Amino acid sequence: MIQPFTRHIGIAAPLLVDDMNTDQIAPFLASRSLKDDYRIMLFNRHRFRDDGSENPDFVLNKPQFRKAGILVTGHNFGAGSSRESAVWSMLANDIRVIVAKSFADIYRENCLQNGLLPVVLEPDVADAFIARVVAVDGAAPFTVDLLAQTISGPGGPDVVFQIPAAERTRLLEGLDDIGMTMKHADEIAAWEQAAAKAQPWLQTARDRRQV
Amino acid sequence: MPRTLFDKIWDFHRIGQRVDGRDLLYIDRHVLHELHAHHAFAQLEKQKRPVRRPDLTFAVQDHTVATAPGRDENTNPSGAAFIKAMRDGCRKNGIRLFDIDDREQGICHVVAPELGIVLPGATHAVPDSHAATVGGLGALAFGCGTSELAHILVTQVIAMKRPKRMRVRLDGRLGPHVSAKDVALRLIAEVGVAGARGYAVEYAGTAVAAMPIEQRMTLCNLNIEMGGRSGFVAPDDATFSWLEGRPYAPRGRMWDRALTYWRTLATDDDAAFDREIALDCTSLEPQISWGTDPSQVVGISEKVPDPAAIDAGRRAAAESAFVYMGLAPGMPLKGLPVDRVFIGSCTNSRLPDLQVAADIVRSRHVAEGVFAMIVPGSSSVKREAEAAGLDRIFRNAGFFWGESGCSMCAGGNGDRGKPGERIVSTTNRNFENRQGPKVRTHLASPATAAASAVAGRIADVRQLVAGAA
Repeated sequence: MIQPFTRHIGIAAPLLVDDMNTDQIAPFLASRSLKDDYRIMLFNRHRFRDDGSENPDFVLNKPQFRKAGILVTGHNFGAGSSRESAVWSMLANDIRVIVAKSFADIYRENCLQNGLLPVVLEPDVADAFIARVVAVDGAAPFTVDLLAQTISGPGGPDVVFQIPAAERTRLLEGLDDIGMTMKHADEIAAWEQAAAKAQPWLQTARDRRQV
Repeated sequence: MPRTLFDKIWDFHRIGQRVDGRDLLYIDRHVLHELHAHHAFAQLEKQKRPVRRPDLTFAVQDHTVATAPGRDENTNPSGAAFIKAMRDGCRKNGIRLFDIDDREQGICHVVAPELGIVLPGATHAVPDSHAATVGGLGALAFGCGTSELAHILVTQVIAMKRPKRMRVRLDGRLGPHVSAKDVALRLIAEVGVAGARGYAVEYAGTAVAAMPIEQRMTLCNLNIEMGGRSGFVAPDDATFSWLEGRPYAPRGRMWDRALTYWRTLATDDDAAFDREIALDCTSLEPQISWGTDPSQVVGISEKVPDPAAIDAGRRAAAESAFVYMGLAPGMPLKGLPVDRVFIGSCTNSRLPDLQVAADIVRSRHVAEGVFAMIVPGSSSVKREAEAAGLDRIFRNAGFFWGESGCSMCAGGNGDRGKPGERIVSTTNRNFENRQGPKVRTHLASPATAAASAVAGRIADVRQLVAGAA
């Protein structure tokens, strides 16, 4: 279920790469279960070394970023596999906002479905914001306000971001996606009836070897 | 007003607009796999929401199933829970499951088209990013996440912003031993891994028209690797004859009626696209990836680039790929020793893929020290390959011949390389650690993979076949 999102105050961690793919964000670990530990899964092969110890060089392992709630990154974040665990593992680690130059289509949708705020900044605005994030180096938090559509914090003026109004409402209110669509149940049923006449092969899917 | 094929399919399936401005698009066929479906089944049970159209929903066990001969659900210990949860969820919800021991089990993107579950002009959703594979039949497919999967189970619609339209024109005749895989890798190299983000892509042109359906599926399969969620080829006579008589395809008078409609499924002359790209494939040579994303690709006779010569925005990624892949700037890939070869996955595991590989390894043998495996895309493909004697060719050549599933593509079933191994793989992603921790993946066609298995090195299949390797 979606967690409503209004405002988040948190440390911003810079992960300064493009095209970060979901195989890195939520790798397929050797031992999987129906109830995976998404806390451990997040960036597992980057956060941990072969012997299981932490990799001190990875940004989220640095003392100042261990409690980061905002991840700041480059273009095309979340490319690749559609696995939603790449969003659940962020939330499991209390990361509530990802600020990127752009997101992969499916990943962005998965964010919206779970109340993880995907903020897109124009490349030059993003670069200026990244410079502030790097400069403050986790010493002070940033505030991401979805109502005001701003990011505020040390090193400069508020950064205004755009998000489609409907998506903003959905995140603010934590709207149930299925519930929103079910309001159209009559139209869905009517479409099915019409399609059964117009293209009947679409409304039946059966093995025609079995009569 | 002239319309693209995308517009025709979208408009027909558009039910209305939701309060948040998204279009509601009816999904004609929904295909699930065990890795993600259990989350959705659990959500539905908790919310007491039924599956709206179990009769239009199908399920396949593919991501976690072992490939070892004589396998069962416990052969891969970490898959057993997923396989059982899938079985449970399908039984409770009345969904037709192609279980691990079903004679038609296989990879979801292989099984659905080969059974005729996918049809031209239909919409299709799978909780897997390679859903657009079936675009090769002229279906509009969407890969989605788990929440969207639950949404489609309950409503039979997907709520989406209408994507923009892109056309990719692929012209020219492909040379010997060059296939759709090579075309797609070159295209991704040209367009980049995010070049089709936000677009639905129509593949057109003489090279596409000449491709058999299985190659069109390979082409559409790789659409997501340039960021596109949906990609398709307009259906034509090749599509229709490929589909006719398949188990779930319409028959008799309904087939005739469908055919009449399907023949209208083309982009109108003068219809506008938001972006158009053209690639001439005439002189294309076999392609292979050198890096850690599917746009880092060279021709087999070329040298890998020098990161210093790559534009600044891509340089850091290239440098990190060089370290991960154990390469030096400017070196050729051809001749590099390989440890492992994998032929399979939703990209390249259909019967013609296996036939290409068999033709190359016939009367040859896998090089010493190379572990080479072939995993058919479905149990039906496996059976057909065995009836044609391909399994004997592969076994005699020293290949492992497995049971069907996703296998080493993402390693979800335990089939993985060992750290540091270099693999030539017919799959779709060369991401770091995807085929196992620290495994170095080179994406290539079945022909290049088979030739490399025999040579024990990254090989130019054209030279191997000519006896010059």
